Amino acid sequence: MTQIEAVGGVATFGPGPGSLPPTLNVAPMSYWRTVAWRLARDPATLVAGSVLVLIVLSAVLAPWLAPYDPSAGSIRLRLAPVGASAHLLGTDEQGRDMLSRLLWGGRMTLVAGLTPVLIAFVLGTGLGVLAGYVGGLTNTLVMRTMDIFYAFPAVLLAIAISGALGPGLPNTLISLSIVFVPRVVRVAESATVQVKGLEYIAAARASGAGVRAIVRHHLLANVLGPILVFASTQVSLAIILAAGLSFLGLGVTPPAAEWGLMLNTLRQSIYVNALVPALPGIAIFVTSMAFNLLSDGLRDAMEIRA
Amino acid sequence: MSPGIGSPPLLQARGLRKHFPLRGGVLQRTYAWVRAVDGVSFDVHPTETLGIVGESGCGKSTLARLILRLIEPDAGRITFGGEDVRSASPPRMKRLRRDMQLVFQDPYASLNPRLTIEDAVAFSLLVHGTPRGEARARARALLDRVGLDPRLYGRRYAHELSGGQRQRVNIARALVLDPKLLVLDEPVSALDKSVQAQVLNLLAELKRERALTYVFISHDLNVIEHVSDRVLVMYLGEVVETGTADALAQSPRHPYTQALFASAPSMDPDRRMDRPPLAGDPPNAIDPPSGCRFRTRCAFAMPRCAEAPPALRSVDAAHDVACYLYEAEATVGAAPR
Repeated sequence: MTQIEAVGGVATFGPGPGSLPPTLNVAPMSYWRTVAWRLARDPATLVAGSVLVLIVLSAVLAPWLAPYDPSAGSIRLRLAPVGASAHLLGTDEQGRDMLSRLLWGGRMTLVAGLTPVLIAFVLGTGLGVLAGYVGGLTNTLVMRTMDIFYAFPAVLLAIAISGALGPGLPNTLISLSIVFVPRVVRVAESATVQVKGLEYIAAARASGAGVRAIVRHHLLANVLGPILVFASTQVSLAIILAAGLSFLGLGVTPPAAEWGLMLNTLRQSIYVNALVPALPGIAIFVTSMAFNLLSDGLRDAMEIRA
Repeated sequence: MSPGIGSPPLLQARGLRKHFPLRGGVLQRTYAWVRAVDGVSFDVHPTETLGIVGESGCGKSTLARLILRLIEPDAGRITFGGEDVRSASPPRMKRLRRDMQLVFQDPYASLNPRLTIEDAVAFSLLVHGTPRGEARARARALLDRVGLDPRLYGRRYAHELSGGQRQRVNIARALVLDPKLLVLDEPVSALDKSVQAQVLNLLAELKRERALTYVFISHDLNVIEHVSDRVLVMYLGEVVETGTADALAQSPRHPYTQALFASAPSMDPDRRMDRPPLAGDPPNAIDPPSGCRFRTRCAFAMPRCAEAPPALRSVDAAHDVACYLYEAEATVGAAPR
């Protein structure tokens, strides 16, 4: 081949070797550091994040923060209003301190909301990446099985499985995991299929890399982001579903404190004292809203395109 | 004359065929086949550049992936340095892959957005067991060679680079394993004209330095003519003409090749032809025309063109054409070897 003369030789980008002190080698931030940097500069995310930190801390520290035993009631002090002396947020229909119950209930609700999504994230990513990368019959088997679960509305599926398994926290976690795994599998599979077709995967194959190296270094790094964003949007739904199951008597069993269960037992007292029965609902609303805002922020921060 | 013509071919392809099934319906049954590559044979000799030219959708990129066994051919044989590529065991294949590498067309999709370009280049070495430190050092040295100062660019991500810079990274990644053969799949098509020239010059320099052999795929006849020693013209998955770049430029024989040259913008008034340029799109590769696949767009089509496909016949030294127009002057049976 001959040189193309009109354009000249190879252009070098930047100054030639040796002309720069090594201190100028400012490494740009890695992808995840950039995401964290952008998250920390988004006001909505900061507010939602702070609220969540408070909620999580109060739930974790409930045994030390709660002024009373959450299941110790007093017949004399039933349905004290918010702001009553000695009971800041009033008492419920059995005279149990609402503040203590809300703090303790947050533990249950957070566990019931976060655990199924975490399980679904791990299992769903594994299954989805497997189905997407292997393709063919494996894909058909995995995806059509997921479609069966997907055919039912989330609430109906959760109620049906919980109803079959019986009440209790472990069964709630199992049924909610079954609700969320197929959703994550779908997202993981479509992300995998899309990334698998890109040329850098072909380039890795052409270099002789095995399936494990390609999945680990090229595929996962590029599909985990979208799956994580999707999973984070599901947390608020999981919290509401968990509370819903408890409300229906299919989740946490009394006398344990749980926001959905509290909503159920307090609902008839709404005519006596409107504010106290609304408190667990407000707690559910604020928590799920905070998770939603956080996942919105995460999605925006991760949209770093070329 | 072409370099290395006398020596045994580095890469030999015989009767390569790849038909992609089109599936549909509830049962995903195959209802049609896309005949992407249909009976393609060629030789590539050491240190030469074989250009492959043809319109979009004629099977050029599929051919590139077949050569590198990124997709398995339905039929045909590929030998590399005398070794049958298709029957190579997985460990043997891994070794063979070091000797043949691919540079992709799309400078955006071909780099992992989560890897620094240094790591993207070093990855191939790590796959083959090079220690991390050494792999990184070699990657940086090669980035320097292709014109990207590793201290400025090594730790950057693909989205921070321009198209031309990314294509340099692609070239570095392909070269880091010290291959003998480089398959370049439209390496400059996505670049600006001025950047195209820079990248082509870089490729020419690297070829000289490292005694590389190129298979250069492009739809741009000017580029192909400039870089190639020999040229293979493809139409709808088949080879219609092959010869030295000079022979094809001076006396293209196949009506399709003639039309290609006629439609390529040329600065030279003597090179303008009075033949009608090509009209219309190529027919669908799902159901190609019977006989000669070019006959539907050919100004010289005869009744017999529809009956059976013409074979490649030698019309000159190292110049083969698949067209009935040249049957009289062709030495029957001289090609393909």
